[in-house]
Amino acid sequence: MNLFSEIGRYIIFMKYVFKRPERGRVFWSMLTREMNLIGIESLVVVILIALITGAVTTVQTASQLASDSGVLPPSLFPMEIVGSVVGSSSILEIAPTITCLVLAGKIGASIASEIGNMRVSEQIDAYEVMGINSIGFVSLPKILAGVIMIPCLILVSVFLLMVGGLIAAKLTGIMTMDQYVTGLRSSFVPHYVNVLLVKGYIFSFIITSMSAFQGYYTKGGALEVGEAGTKAVTRICVAILAFDLIIAKLLL
Amino acid sequence: MIQLIDLNKYYEDKHVLQNINANFYPGVANLVIGASGGGKSVLVKTMVGLETPTSGQVMFEEKDYHNLEYENQQALRREIGMLFQGTALFDSLTVEQNVEFPLLMFSEMSKEERMERVNLCLSKVNLHNANHKAPSEISGGMKKRVGIARAIALPIKYLFCDEPNSGLDPLTSRVIDALLHDITKEFGITTIINSHDMKTVKDIGEHIVFMHQGQKWWEGSKEELPEAQKSNPELDAFVKASF
Repeated sequence: MNLFSEIGRYIIFMKYVFKRPERGRVFWSMLTREMNLIGIESLVVVILIALITGAVTTVQTASQLASDSGVLPPSLFPMEIVGSVVGSSSILEIAPTITCLVLAGKIGASIASEIGNMRVSEQIDAYEVMGINSIGFVSLPKILAGVIMIPCLILVSVFLLMVGGLIAAKLTGIMTMDQYVTGLRSSFVPHYVNVLLVKGYIFSFIITSMSAFQGYYTKGGALEVGEAGTKAVTRICVAILAFDLIIAKLLL
Repeated sequence: MIQLIDLNKYYEDKHVLQNINANFYPGVANLVIGASGGGKSVLVKTMVGLETPTSGQVMFEEKDYHNLEYENQQALRREIGMLFQGTALFDSLTVEQNVEFPLLMFSEMSKEERMERVNLCLSKVNLHNANHKAPSEISGGMKKRVGIARAIALPIKYLFCDEPNSGLDPLTSRVIDALLHDITKEFGITTIINSHDMKTVKDIGEHIVFMHQGQKWWEGSKEELPEAQKSNPELDAFVKASF
């Protein structure tokens, strides 16, 4: 199947996703369940990754700047720059992109496999025969839950990236906490938060909608369900990186 | 009554349903029989709207199902119950929640009224003390019964069953057949059963449609079947091979 027909199918799929749900109370109970699965159950992995990545970024940035500057001896190097680099890169790149790439693996594969399994076990056919818009019924709660919860996870991630850097700075003695915080504050540009949120909303929509699409059109059996999960993650990662570039070019 | 008029279905260049004309009557068990690969499943899936015909019509009473507006088609679907070959029970819900699901979606019943209806449907299929079990915790025969209970939870007019006896032992198969027969008579619904089990034909079949290589080879009542076998070698071979 070529790229254009796949995009066409995705657009038609999205048209059905946003039809009004048949029953509000069922939709709300599904939405809260999905918010819990996507948001709360991903919190631990996001916390761990943010803390570790923040620490690694701080240590590596300090090391590279000190050894590569070539102008000043390490003892005279203004270490505030490290905090500044960690702050900007956390907001602009690491928090939205790395977090979403990790969530693509966790949430994307899970959604594609769950819906794929419903497809091959005829549960989706059962919804259709009952007169339920099956695309909207199985996908909309997941997409909406993702668009609500993933940006929240990204905000948590930004904060913890900076905390991770602070802990690394303190434990390794690269710089004082004052130097690190001064660097963070000096580099803060309010517009970067807009870029972060735009990326967060777009990436979360990509993760949930593309995985639901991949799962919905699964054909075959257990093997194909697994393949749908793998395909979904691969495509989501490529789409996230492509949109990362487009958003950076448009907004910065 | 359901009428099929010049129904054709192609998968790319493969002609899987060839100019099918057939009638399915209310209050009787209509059986679609034939060997595997003969087009039975595609026919049933096309009738319930899971497949779109390449040409032809599926008429529910006077309504051309595949040419209805989306909303009207969805409304008609709510009059259809279906028992799937693999039961298609929602595995994240319990037995009780599976049967309650259509009521929750399409009725204005209170929780108490829904539970009363759920218990009534489960008792119709002789399923007791399994309300809170997950589909993975019950046997194949019980799953089929839950599937039937879910299909009749709403006041349906049409019941489609795709291979209701597949994967079941002979004794349980007869129990499922008897259930389908009783439900058809009690509610006066149009029941279409897709099967290759001649015991089902013998026990509950009333109106029979024989499919062979994508074509409707023969249609008639169970009483006419022995006579038809004499002039129809394909039908005769299928019936004899089944015993």
